[in-house]
Amino acid sequence: MFEMIGGLLAFSFYEGLVFGLIAVGMYLTFRMINFPDLGVEGSFPFGGAVVAVLIVKGWNPFIATIAAAFAGSLVGVATSMLNTKLRIPALLCGIIMIVSLWSINLRVMGNRANISLLREETIFHKIADLVGISYGRIEVDILVALVLAVITFFVLNWFLCTQIGLALRATGDNEQMVRGLGSDTEMNIVIGCSIANGLVALAGAVICQAQGFSDVGMGIGILVMGLASVILGDAIFRPKGVTSMLLAATAGAFVYRLFITVALRMGMPPGDLKLITGLLVTIALVIPFIRKKIRHEWVPPASRLF
Amino acid sequence: MGDTANKNVLQLRDVKKIFSHGTIDEVTALNGINLTVQEQDFISIIGSNGAGKSTMLNVIAGVFPPERGGKVIIDGDDVTNLPEYRHSAYTGRVWQEPQVGTASKMTIEENLAMAYLRGKKRGLKAASNKELRALFREALKQLGLGLEDRLNAPVGTLSGGQRQSLSLVMATISKPAILLLDEHIATLDPKTAQTVLKLSKMIIDKEKMTTMMVTHNMEIALRFGNRLVMMHRGKVIVDIGEERKNTLTINDLVNAFEQASGEKFDDDSVLLSHR
Repeated sequence: MFEMIGGLLAFSFYEGLVFGLIAVGMYLTFRMINFPDLGVEGSFPFGGAVVAVLIVKGWNPFIATIAAAFAGSLVGVATSMLNTKLRIPALLCGIIMIVSLWSINLRVMGNRANISLLREETIFHKIADLVGISYGRIEVDILVALVLAVITFFVLNWFLCTQIGLALRATGDNEQMVRGLGSDTEMNIVIGCSIANGLVALAGAVICQAQGFSDVGMGIGILVMGLASVILGDAIFRPKGVTSMLLAATAGAFVYRLFITVALRMGMPPGDLKLITGLLVTIALVIPFIRKKIRHEWVPPASRLF
Repeated sequence: MGDTANKNVLQLRDVKKIFSHGTIDEVTALNGINLTVQEQDFISIIGSNGAGKSTMLNVIAGVFPPERGGKVIIDGDDVTNLPEYRHSAYTGRVWQEPQVGTASKMTIEENLAMAYLRGKKRGLKAASNKELRALFREALKQLGLGLEDRLNAPVGTLSGGQRQSLSLVMATISKPAILLLDEHIATLDPKTAQTVLKLSKMIIDKEKMTTMMVTHNMEIALRFGNRLVMMHRGKVIVDIGEERKNTLTINDLVNAFEQASGEKFDDDSVLLSHR
């Protein structure tokens, strides 16, 4: 019994840390710079495609992973430039990028729908060798995910409190003011989107190596999953300030993966998981509303965007 | 001061602005403005709705450029076609609505840290630190609103008057060449409006700011500043210096308006408004 619960928690912890990268990226775009970037659904498989191709080519898996994250950040630059330079509404920019990236991902993978990494050496092999745990154990997965999550947390926690990082956050709060105070809001949005998509592509590269293959369809559902994590993190932890926001996003991803894993272990058919996601998000969004209703507070009509 | 006392801080040369060019809705908001602002001028700008006051401030702040041929020169630099975020190295601005000038989800400290870097290059240094916090506290203390003890409060929790006072500090803390006050007390209740107006005067005097203040209220326009500019249909129709301004009454202003514009003065709201 305890072993099973321990296994469940360990697995959700690992998944929460990796998907937490996506949640943090989406927190950055959706909540901090106020740029609802749907393009993550394309940059996630893009990261996977890039890392798979490079590893098959014989690149060191660490360098291939970093390259995938960098490639993903270029996707973010493209998405945000559609908005800032060509004045296309943000939601449409994301949709344009999702469609386009489907074809690009196929091209990157040499017109194949998937690439196997089963006979290649990945960062998981490298780390397993390095610390002397046998490859395939959950401890290795957790270690890899933990290292990435901790580095991401500290770097972003520092960056968002620098002069540039502050301007970035302020852009999401009051664009007019930020321009009036001499910071280029378009540049801020481009920087924010590139970081977010870099993180999402990094997650894609890690997941792809963990599962042993890259697939053109592996991005499907990532957007909803990331949003669910952001919304759960917001609802449960109600973060204020940079540090708590970053932690809430990761914790939200953990809670979300825990629900999904438990549901699966309880014997729910995988086809029902999307319904569970839908219910979870609805509940998380409605709780604050009900709380206010009970206190007879006035609740404004919901935003028609995000 | 000496030789710098008469330095030209701002020059507008033949500034025109036409909106919805070539359509049925075409509006000439500015119709050839020529204006020179000297160092430490405090200009009150009045005019009825649609006279072009806010459009002129928008051109000075770089929100949009004037039509071709017009020039905006600040501190000797031609800034006509610079984007807004580079104009702001020269101009500090307080808007009509408190929520435009401040970021509500961020703290007072974060707002001031943003404002402090106006016109400076932003890098990867920490946005705030101990010395800056001391500086911010000092700047807030002079407002006498107790904000210096609430550096970590989100600005959204402040009242309109407090936010507008914070906007004032944010507009002046980096000492820009010109301070633009765009009907900055129009949305406040009369008592708060007087407080913010007094604070404005105090900061302008202390920092020796060159200021342009748009107002709807003739009494305030007469009471504050060393120069009065009246606009009508996109033009400057009256420009009065300090000596004459001090002897003027509201009636004189109305007469001056009718003489200069050749129209009857019928904007009751200007006379009745006490804000």
